[in-house]
Amino acid sequence: MLTITNLHATIGGTEILKGLSLTINAGEIHAIMGPNGAGKSTLAYTLGGRPGYEVTDGTATFDGQDLLALEPHERAAAGLFLGFQYPVEIPGVSNLQFLRESLNAQRRARGEEPLSGAEFIRLAKEKAGLLKMDMDMLKRPVNVGFSGGEKKRNEMVQMGIIDPKLALLDETDSGLDIDALRIVGEGINTIMRKPDRAVLLITHYQRLLDLVKPDFVHVLAGGRIVRSGGAELALELEEQGYEAVA
Amino acid sequence: MTNVIPLPTRRDEAWRYADLDALARVWGDVPQGPERITVAAGETLAKQIVLPVAMSGVSIVDLDVVIEAGATFALHLLATDADYGRMSVNVLLHEGAHFEMGGAILGNGEQTLEIVTQVNHAHPNATSNQVVRSVLAGHATGSFLGKVAVARHAQKTDASQSVKAMLLDRTATANAKPELEIYADDVKCAHGATVGELDKAALFYMAARGLPPQLARKLMLQAFIADAFVSLDDDVAREAIESRALAALEGLV
Repeated sequence: MLTITNLHATIGGTEILKGLSLTINAGEIHAIMGPNGAGKSTLAYTLGGRPGYEVTDGTATFDGQDLLALEPHERAAAGLFLGFQYPVEIPGVSNLQFLRESLNAQRRARGEEPLSGAEFIRLAKEKAGLLKMDMDMLKRPVNVGFSGGEKKRNEMVQMGIIDPKLALLDETDSGLDIDALRIVGEGINTIMRKPDRAVLLITHYQRLLDLVKPDFVHVLAGGRIVRSGGAELALELEEQGYEAVA
Repeated sequence: MTNVIPLPTRRDEAWRYADLDALARVWGDVPQGPERITVAAGETLAKQIVLPVAMSGVSIVDLDVVIEAGATFALHLLATDADYGRMSVNVLLHEGAHFEMGGAILGNGEQTLEIVTQVNHAHPNATSNQVVRSVLAGHATGSFLGKVAVARHAQKTDASQSVKAMLLDRTATANAKPELEIYADDVKCAHGATVGELDKAALFYMAARGLPPQLARKLMLQAFIADAFVSLDDDVAREAIESRALAALEGLV
């Protein structure tokens, strides 16, 4: 589904990704772990197409398309979902309006019929219920006045409504208490654990991986994948630290 | 009728940012003196004014408002369709009167648009609230000059002004000049002014959910200018002026 080959990326002239290669197939859940400053968030933003993240070498192919040639909104329409480490507040724009416009923009881009108001509300209710989020929160401006945990839960509701092929979740577990973590973990499993879907989890901690069991774990250090393994690698990291393992 | 009032100059504070060359071309034809509006004691009046389109490209709205004791006047303004457009409002508040104003300035190209207000709190216990939102693209200039004058015995005056401008291009200009002149000692006067650009982090966040840039900008700007019309209670009237504003926004994003 996603094939990244020798990816180099810079921010403000500083090279952060230094030849990263990674293949994610449909049906797989991958976890990327690594020390602070390794380039984990840079990988997410580079794949999402954030302005200022410049690809200097390498390729990324998503479902047969050259991902890096697409605009950020086109990457979303192609089926890529970027879950933000720090979800952004958008004053005055309600969650529901934002998501309906977003979903319908994606559907139009794919040549599908936009959802009617009633169809969309039904979908939003279902996904909010799955993540145990109050519908009232969906009527409020996007992330405005939300706690850290509510913002992360909102990201997962958005993912449920948008129903992407591949989700890149950048530290979705940070800022969550134990109950919220369980709800988010179950949400990821329900929404994304399917033969035609895939997930790349960026995380620091084992506890999310206890809930969302990864098929592959990678260690990112110095802008490269330095080690890959199965779910047991995360446990090894938790015990011994990055320096010993990588 | 020929205008006998001399053409204003930039030395006149209220005309500081005006397009005087454009004004000079039509000065002989503009009506003399303002339109007068009186809201009788205890009454409530709401008025929405969209700057009219003029053949000359120069469009001026000039109001002189008296709000009598205990009366309320809600005025909502939209300045967009003019090469040079000016909406000028002079308000006199009597005891316990309220003046509510919301204004939007939406400019592009070489447009010069301004809203100029003077709110005179001449008597005690009167309140006023002014909210102005500007969105400016290209080489447009949008200005708000708002003076609040509180007379010596106008105690318990409560006046506020909120002025925010959004620049879509670095070549656009926003001027915000809230001005307070207070002679009473027991009053509350608040004002705030900001000039900014659309939040780039929010634009990327919206793109990451699939919104094309133009639609993302439109949603954010729509929310931004909604502040100017939120105080309009009549839903039909509010939707009418908001839809005019939205149509103008389409031309900016």
